Amino acid sequence: MTDRPTPKEPNRSPPIAIVAMAIIAVAVLALPLVGLLQRTPWSTLGTRLGETATLEALQVSVVVSLLAAAVSMVLGLPLAWVLARLTFRGRALVRAVVLLPMVLPPVVGGIALFFALGRKGLVGRALQNWFGIDTLIGTTAGAVIAAAFVSMPFFVITAEAGLRQLDPRLESAASTLGAGRWTVLRRITLPLLAPSLAAGATLSWARALGEFGATITFAGNHPGRTRTLPLAIAQANEAGQPEAAIAMSVLLIGVSLLILIGLRHRWIAPRTSQPDTSSETSPS
Amino acid sequence: MNRLGLGVLAGVLAWLVTGCGGEGKTAVTVYAAASLSEAFEDLAAEYEAANPDVDVKLNFAGSARLAAQISAGARADVFASANRANMSRVVAEGRTAGLPVLFARNRLALVVPVDNPGDVTELEDLSDDSLVLAMCAPEVPCGALAQAVLADAGVNANPDTEETSVRAVLTKVMLGEADAGLVYATDVAAGGNKVATVPLGPQIRVNDYPVVAVSDRAVAADFVDFILGPDGQRILRSHGFDFP
Repeated sequence: MTDRPTPKEPNRSPPIAIVAMAIIAVAVLALPLVGLLQRTPWSTLGTRLGETATLEALQVSVVVSLLAAAVSMVLGLPLAWVLARLTFRGRALVRAVVLLPMVLPPVVGGIALFFALGRKGLVGRALQNWFGIDTLIGTTAGAVIAAAFVSMPFFVITAEAGLRQLDPRLESAASTLGAGRWTVLRRITLPLLAPSLAAGATLSWARALGEFGATITFAGNHPGRTRTLPLAIAQANEAGQPEAAIAMSVLLIGVSLLILIGLRHRWIAPRTSQPDTSSETSPS
Repeated sequence: MNRLGLGVLAGVLAWLVTGCGGEGKTAVTVYAAASLSEAFEDLAAEYEAANPDVDVKLNFAGSARLAAQISAGARADVFASANRANMSRVVAEGRTAGLPVLFARNRLALVVPVDNPGDVTELEDLSDDSLVLAMCAPEVPCGALAQAVLADAGVNANPDTEETSVRAVLTKVMLGEADAGLVYATDVAAGGNKVATVPLGPQIRVNDYPVVAVSDRAVAADFVDFILGPDGQRILRSHGFDFP
């Protein structure tokens, strides 16, 4: 904050009101974290985190959140493309429905999932007859579905925004030069979209990692299958074991920070078409 | 923003301002275990009817969470716990004004969806792993009670889900998503006509509920007396509780 990158107004100091508000915002976001770290039982943290139950919950969390993010990407990207590129009646309605899980209380989402996929749900009987799936309670598949339900909107809106910002002339230029539809998608659209896709994937993964309400409602709380770190933390808290809850929270925060910091360049990078960004999305 | 939007906003603001204003009543804040929800709502209504100048504010959650909140300095006047362990914590930390008194007793109940898809007729059936079984987690009072009852009967049951609240167990049975659930006898009524009870026979294992005045305000002690008195006990009994 000491250097001023704008030389055209050398005498102007940063507006105090804005800086003050920004400091308050940081305090609002960081203070609970500081409070948690200050109450963390550091001396026993190692043994607590080494407990089988904790490692099991961590494993479930990682598996479920990554699978949910993968589902969000595979289904969310075509949806984002449809919303960004096609004009059809009811598009606004579709978008509203897609974004609804972001504002819906996750517990409501969990109950709604029962009405869709549960034994007495809309397609529950079909699941039973065709795939032999009796119940999704206590199954990792159920936990992934619950996490994908709440996290996919984050991928869809980010990818759609990226698609809208894309200059369509680049794509039409490529096709004028003879590139087929798939070549344009693979060589032009996806590489240009890569930063948005990475941001969307990170957001939806982060949402899936923190998911609690829909998971415990729809998939239940089963150790090793659906008991993710958030569920284990809530259980420890309900059981009057705040120190175990704090230790697992620190673990969850640590994992999230590692990944967010690891992806920060990809995420916040300026929108330049660097050749290395294409390596991930196009196998060429 | 258009004129309609401004009108709506003004209306909402007016509602917020008037709705939040107090009416000069004495408030008594009662922290009660989730399993007491319906019974305490009735208790509060009757107490308010008898004491029109008092406003009873109820806060329901798992006993352990309530105990943790009181330990952290929450402004509760009365604490009613679903077991002794969580009460002992609060008392041992010197957070209470009086000594806890037992006021209600609860038993375990085995509930199934009303069409009983898993054909559950006795506690022993719960050892069948193909059943979708919902129970409370062993760390919460209803789960501890369920485990003790199952152990006494020598039944080895593997729950598909360990809920942190007894009502979450009931919900899964009501929706027909679980074939069986172990809840409190007092929760059965909340299941309405969607659940049926499987008789468990005589039970030795029970949960006793203690209540205590947390603050030293007169209204706190008075509300505790009301719970222990004939009116309070009548209401509790009507919700399926016994007197210890």
